[in-house]
Amino acid sequence: MQSDFDTSDCYTIEGKLALPYTYFAGRVGSRFITTLRDQHKIMGVRCAACDTVFVPPRQTCERCLGDLTDSWCEVGSRGRVVNFTVVRYPDRHLPRPVPFVLAMILLEGADTPIVHLLEGIPPEQVAVDMAVEAVFAETTTNTIRDIDHFKPCDA
Amino acid sequence: MKKNRNVGIIGVGQSVYSSHREEVNQPEMINEAVVEALESAGVTIDDVECIVHGNMELFEMIHQPDLWHVLGTGAYGKETLRVTTGGTTGATLVAAADHLVASGLHDVVLAIGFEKLQEGHTTGGITNMADPLWGRQLQTGALTGMTAAQMIDEFGEERAKKVAMKYRIQMDQHAMKNNKAHRRLGLSPDQAEELAENSPQLVGELRMIHMCSQSDGACAMVFASEEKAKALCDQPAWIKDHITAHREEMFCIFGDAPVLSTHRYAARKLFGRCGITNPREEIDLFEMYDPSSWWGSDWLREFLLLEGDAHLKMIENDEIAIDGAFPVNPSGGVIASNPIGATAMVRVAEAALQVMGRAGDHQVPKTVNQALASGFGGTMWTVLFLLTREVPS
Repeated sequence: MQSDFDTSDCYTIEGKLALPYTYFAGRVGSRFITTLRDQHKIMGVRCAACDTVFVPPRQTCERCLGDLTDSWCEVGSRGRVVNFTVVRYPDRHLPRPVPFVLAMILLEGADTPIVHLLEGIPPEQVAVDMAVEAVFAETTTNTIRDIDHFKPCDA
Repeated sequence: MKKNRNVGIIGVGQSVYSSHREEVNQPEMINEAVVEALESAGVTIDDVECIVHGNMELFEMIHQPDLWHVLGTGAYGKETLRVTTGGTTGATLVAAADHLVASGLHDVVLAIGFEKLQEGHTTGGITNMADPLWGRQLQTGALTGMTAAQMIDEFGEERAKKVAMKYRIQMDQHAMKNNKAHRRLGLSPDQAEELAENSPQLVGELRMIHMCSQSDGACAMVFASEEKAKALCDQPAWIKDHITAHREEMFCIFGDAPVLSTHRYAARKLFGRCGITNPREEIDLFEMYDPSSWWGSDWLREFLLLEGDAHLKMIENDEIAIDGAFPVNPSGGVIASNPIGATAMVRVAEAALQVMGRAGDHQVPKTVNQALASGFGGTMWTVLFLLTREVPS
C-alpha cells in the first residue's frame, strides 16, 4: 500500500456541524416513561386482534394497524434473557465502561423483548433463558434509563 | 414517457400540518396520514403490496427511518423502499410508486412522505450541501434573497415588491380554505404595504412573511394499476407523465450568463411529449412547490414558458386565485405548510384531489381535466407531474 503521499502544504479544514434535535415521545411513550418514573411499573399495550402484548408500548399495532392508545396492561419487572451480547470496545457514547452486557429481556406477560443493561454477573456467566429482574434508578432521567439495569434473580 | 400500463392515484391522506406535534411521535403522526389514505382509497393495509417511504436525511437525526416507522406505516412483512432526494423527496416518492405499479411489479403501492422539522435543525442540516472550503462559512442555507434582487432589478422595486406581496396574500387566502394547512394568518390585501415594510428581513428583500414555514406533518398516497384503480375508485387521478431535471452546480458558477432553469427545461420537455402547446389554456390548475412568494412569482414564468412580465400580470390580474383562470396552489402551497419530506408529495396529492373532485373547501369551481404539480429541491432540482381526469391513451 502506498503511504508516502506528499502532503506538504495541504490544508485540512477542521469543521463541526451542530445537529441539535428534540424528540416528541407522544402520548403513549410519555405515559410509559411517567409510569415507570413515578410508580416503578413497566407498562405494555395489548392488541386483542393479534393477541400480542407490546413492550415498549406503541399507539398502533404494526400488524393490523389497530389503535392501542387505551389498551394498557402492566407487565412484570422480572423476565428472561432472550439473547445478549458483550460490548468490548470503549467509546464516549457507551453507557458503561467495557466489558458490559446488553441483553434482550422478555418481561413476564410481554410478547416482545426490550433491550437493557444486564449487571451483577460476569459476562462469561450470562446465559440465554436466565431469570432477571429490573433495578430501578434512584434518580430519574425521564428515559428508559429510569430502569438502571437488570440483574439475575431466582427463577 | 412510455409506460407498461397506466397508474391511478386512488387515495390521499394527510396529517394536520403544524409547527408542533408534541402529542404524537413520528410513526404515530405518519399513521394518521396512512389511515386516512387507506380509508380514502377504500382499501385495507392487506391490499397494499409495497410501501415507499421518504424524508430529508439528517433532519430528525434518525438513521433508516423507514424501518422504525414500521410501527405506523403498516410495512410489517411487506416490501419497502426508502427514497430521499432532498426537497424533491415527496415528488420522487410519487415517481417511484408510479414506476413500481407501471412496471407490473406491484398492483397497489402506498407512498409516504413525512417530516417533523421541529425535532431537528433544518438550516443546520442544509448548510452541509455547501462546499466546506468555498461555501460553508459564507452561505445562508435554504434562504436566498437572490430572486428578489433579480426581480427588483428587472421590473423595478415598487412593482416587484407589490407582486410578491400580492402572491403571498393570495396564498394565505387559499390556506384559509384548507383546514389542514399550518399557517392560516387571515391576511387581507390592505395589509400589503404594512407587511412589505415591517415584516423582518431575512436576506435582502426576502422577508419573514414571504418565506415558507417549517412544519411537522405526513402525507400518504395510494397508487393502483389501471385495472385495480377502475375497480376501486370512481374517479382516480391518472398519472399521465412526469419528468425529473437536476443540476448541481452553484447558482452563480457562470457569472451572469443566462442559465436555462431546470423548471423551464422540465416544462418544455414534458409539454412537448404530451402535446401541450398552450399550457395556460390546456392545463386547469397548478400545485407548485413555492418555497417563498418571490420564487413562486418568478417560477410561474419558467413553468408556463412565459416571457417578459406575463407572469406578473397573471398575479396582478388575479388569474392565479382559486376561482381565477389558472388557479395556483388552492391548498395554500408550501408557504402555508412545509413538512419537507412530504411537501413535494403534497403538491401531487393536492393536484390529485382537485382532479378527483375531493379537495373539499378548497376545491376549484371547475372540472379539472389536467393538472400540473411540481417538486423542488437544492440546488436546482425539478420534478414535474401531469395528472389527468381521463385515462391516458
